[in-house]
Amino acid sequence: MSKYIVKRVLIVFPTLLAIIFIVFGIMSLTPGDPARMMLGQQASPEAVARVNHELGFDRPFIIRYGDYVVKLLEGDMGNSYRTGRPVFNEIISRLPTTAKLASAAILLAVMIGVPLGILSAVKQYSLYDITGTAAAMLMASIPGFWFGLMAILLFALKLGWLPSNGSDTWVHYILPAITLAIPVSASLLRLTRTTMLETIRQDYVRTARAKGQTEKKVIFHHALKNALLPVVTVAGLEFGGLLGGVVTIETVFSINGVGTLIIDAIRMKDVPQVTGCAIFLAFLFMMVMLIVDILYAYIDPRIRARYQKV
Amino acid sequence: MNMNSITEITTTPIKKKYKKKSRFGEIWKRMKKNRIAMLGLAIFSVIVLCTVFADMIVPYSVALEQNIGDRLQPPSAAHWFGTDAYGRDIFARVIHGTRNSLVMGIGAVVVGISLGGVFGAAAGYYGGIVDTLIMRVMDTIMCIPFMLLALAIVAALGPGLVNVLIALMLSMVPYYTRVIRSAILTVTGQDFIEAAKACGTPDRYIILKHILPNAIGPVIVQATMSVGTMIIWAAAMSFLGMGIQPPTPEWGSMLSEGKDYMLSSPHLVIFPGMAIVLTALSINLLGDGLRDALDPRLKD
Repeated sequence: MSKYIVKRVLIVFPTLLAIIFIVFGIMSLTPGDPARMMLGQQASPEAVARVNHELGFDRPFIIRYGDYVVKLLEGDMGNSYRTGRPVFNEIISRLPTTAKLASAAILLAVMIGVPLGILSAVKQYSLYDITGTAAAMLMASIPGFWFGLMAILLFALKLGWLPSNGSDTWVHYILPAITLAIPVSASLLRLTRTTMLETIRQDYVRTARAKGQTEKKVIFHHALKNALLPVVTVAGLEFGGLLGGVVTIETVFSINGVGTLIIDAIRMKDVPQVTGCAIFLAFLFMMVMLIVDILYAYIDPRIRARYQKV
Repeated sequence: MNMNSITEITTTPIKKKYKKKSRFGEIWKRMKKNRIAMLGLAIFSVIVLCTVFADMIVPYSVALEQNIGDRLQPPSAAHWFGTDAYGRDIFARVIHGTRNSLVMGIGAVVVGISLGGVFGAAAGYYGGIVDTLIMRVMDTIMCIPFMLLALAIVAALGPGLVNVLIALMLSMVPYYTRVIRSAILTVTGQDFIEAAKACGTPDRYIILKHILPNAIGPVIVQATMSVGTMIIWAAAMSFLGMGIQPPTPEWGSMLSEGKDYMLSSPHLVIFPGMAIVLTALSINLLGDGLRDALDPRLKD
């Protein structure tokens, strides 16, 4: 088992280097002069050329990339063109807000999607099933940012029950977390339904029923554990989509998180900030997937057995 | 009864029984039985017709014409969906916004799937080092959340329809590569491919004439479903100010412009949002029906 974990952890490093290469490469295509961005439009060409040389912007791409990786190992992601503050500090200061929002959303999505998926499968073709799958289809077709606007309009502006922006108290997170959770719960509902339907048609479930066990025990003791295995992986993958969704939802609810940081940076052409945020969020996603994979290995006896034999 | 009449009696039903059916005819027959999918197709057809005949429904100039005296008007007989903060007719902007949304949604999927098709076909058919190399690169790109990758590309290229299209398309390539590779792997191992190889058929011919037609089913389903997703992401990009720029009518940017007035004039955000939901929903219903029609387990 430890062999699997070590192997899985070791894959993270080359993947991260490749991700940095891709993001750094894309951001290098940004038109405009970095020194000009820092010094302003009035700066003389000599001053611009001097700053470009001093900061190494005139060096070849591959050398700049190598330099960026070395500095990144020391926790240095460069300084923001806009504020002059270290990019890493900007991200860390906003991370708790985004982490709280994303965690609340994924928790909510699992709490909504998985039980409804199980209910739809167990009572296939019933009113629950038809309503559940229709709702999932509708939820998957509603853009999160529009749902957020409608939620603000109804619950904040018309009824005045919940705040429409900010992140001061847990109440501020209710609307954005629900908004963010909606498409993820739709996807989890559909997946849980499919895997549960496949599982309850397996021979061992039929055997359990033939032995005279109660339907409750058959579903919760025999079928559920196996049906939820792929759901764990997909919930992890959905976290990636959720990190993307955070960008729009934080904008809708005016939340000062990493999402709005990246959007502001894009608008201001703040290349180090965009690069840093993108790499950081991709790293966060990789870490979540690493945890999910290790968790999966623990709960799936097939992976455990494969590594125990060796 | 003479011999001729016996032959006549026995051959007629056999001919009927083994009459070759077109594959698409069979799929269409199964699709027609699915009323929900037909509803999706009907809604989507209306949307496509609105795109094609947009100028006949309402001239493009109406969508751009500003009239400050008529600003923020609620829905009425003169302005079916009301007017925005510049007095522009929202109905006209929604109708003409359809074209941009469909171009971005369908365009990103078609080009993305073509590129993904080349990589996926090469990885699935050749296997070995080619497969490992292509799939490692694609897996790495997939580690970057889709929206972040698309935003990074737009940040580098700048906002606008073409750049958003490029961003969405490139971000989807790894996903399509994976879908097409797995579809091709299921076909590549079959006997008729081995037979074609044994006959000395060139690889290009085997991929194009034997593998792709047999592997295309799941790819079409995925492609249909992702058109809806692409339309939503394209609108999200415009909502964030990264996509099509005003005054060009686009649903996402209309929502962005309307959100500041939504308490007093909710129609500014309701109608463009409904247009996105209706389009994405119709495509998703259609994709769902297509998947059921193509699923061999449902074949009678």
